[in-house]
Amino acid sequence: MNPPSTTMSEAPTTITTPAARTPGPLLPRLLAGIHAHGPMSLPEHLELHGALPAGARGRRRHAREHGAMLLDEIERSGLLGRGGAAFPTATKMRAVAASRGRAIVVANGAEGEPASLKDRTLMEMLPHMIIDGGLMAAEAVGADELIVCVCESAGAGVESMESAVAERTHGGGPAVKLHLATVPGHYVAGQESALVNYLGGGPSKPTFTPPLPFEQGLRRRPTLIDNVETLAHLALIARHGAPWFRELGTPAQPGSALVTLSGPVAHPGVYEIEHGASLSSLIDAGGGTTARVRAALVGGYAGSWIGAEHLKGVALSKEHLAPHGASLGAGVVLLLSEHACPVAETARVARWMSDQSAGQCGPCVHGLDALATTVAEVAGGAPGARASERIERLASLTSRRGACGHPDGAVNLILSSLETFAGEFADHARHGPCDACSRAPELPLPDRLLDDDARGGAR
Amino acid sequence: MSHRVRVNPITCEAHGMCAELLPERITLDEWGYPLLDDTPLHGSEVEHAMRAARACPTFALLVERERAPRGAGRTKRPVRSA
Repeated sequence: MNPPSTTMSEAPTTITTPAARTPGPLLPRLLAGIHAHGPMSLPEHLELHGALPAGARGRRRHAREHGAMLLDEIERSGLLGRGGAAFPTATKMRAVAASRGRAIVVANGAEGEPASLKDRTLMEMLPHMIIDGGLMAAEAVGADELIVCVCESAGAGVESMESAVAERTHGGGPAVKLHLATVPGHYVAGQESALVNYLGGGPSKPTFTPPLPFEQGLRRRPTLIDNVETLAHLALIARHGAPWFRELGTPAQPGSALVTLSGPVAHPGVYEIEHGASLSSLIDAGGGTTARVRAALVGGYAGSWIGAEHLKGVALSKEHLAPHGASLGAGVVLLLSEHACPVAETARVARWMSDQSAGQCGPCVHGLDALATTVAEVAGGAPGARASERIERLASLTSRRGACGHPDGAVNLILSSLETFAGEFADHARHGPCDACSRAPELPLPDRLLDDDARGGAR
Repeated sequence: MSHRVRVNPITCEAHGMCAELLPERITLDEWGYPLLDDTPLHGSEVEHAMRAARACPTFALLVERERAPRGAGRTKRPVRSA
């Protein structure tokens, strides 16, 4: 078997390790009953979880009452969005419900983060959980349409969602109009306004806000955009209630979460953990490490590094990660081995993040390019005068000046690298490339080009 | 109620007119894009800011009036776009 990290960097979308779970009596929740031979069918899904609460099938007046009750229950559950921002789901839903016009629900499975596989795993294995959650969200906000967005490069995920939608719509189906859309796979494709833009026939690029999608989104209607994992949790909250959901997790971040674990571990893949579980329990669930670990990247390529010396005792939740300046983001934990050169890896990811700019906002285009160039100069041992000051200045000129959060995320990662790997950066600036610089890179980067992906219109 | 300047970074093409007309609030970065002081404008600055907004070739500079919170969040509305 190849070292897992190599598998990851060569073909990040082809991890075939079955999703597993961390041990514990209350887990798995989302991943219960999954099997290796394809997606869970509708009969299997209903046998395992039971039917959805009846509200959706009742008369319209009842549906509205049921929707309001459901929204209260979601609020009590404390569910936070799983697309990366960890925003309270009920707050977003209330904003949509309060906006004028019939709402639309969009299930976001774009998953442009190269180190994340949890959304496509969910779409591949448990498509009916996503649809259930989407239908419940539609009921909570009074929507009459549900669009499930799948990344076009998620082959098995697209197939599985297609047949699940067909199963649901066969013979009449739900009152909510249900359909599927494939979306491009570049980094910012899943950003909310980019998704609305693309679904409306425009390019897959962010737009200037306001209006935010919740007030005026697709076809100028209030649009609720929720990550597919968020919706899957919703499918279970609607069945079992908020107190059940809160049996796992921490007060600030209740429930379980899907995490993509990769790097030098025996079994990289998607795991369901309890929020607040220790990082070491996740690594144990992944079969333990296969090399000495230099640092862990938490939250993906807009996330933060935690150096090996601080990893002991790290727990995976908002409140535990905050002191490390990190957050779980879309559930990414990527270990970097001591064989890798963190400076070369940072230079490579910085350039990739620069290339993933939608190219619309000057500070993002010029700032990320200049940052990637400067980091590469340091990595190559030929830094310009006062390179570290220049990086700091470029970072402040780039962050928070785009229409979306892409430049902020990229800057965050670069600054976190400089801090965590300060010694290595200083060595490279002084002595040039190290032995590890020429090794095969560990961090996965797809070679998707934004220009190919961002076209609008036809799909 | 207060007024603030804001830039639409997508439509901004770094013409730099805003920095000429509202230097007390706007400077340019090394690529020519505006760096804004977006604290509330003083009474006398509002008219200058609006003049700068009208002069922007791509109408990327906005003068926004902040209103009391309503509904889900803070609502901002452009006072005048052109």
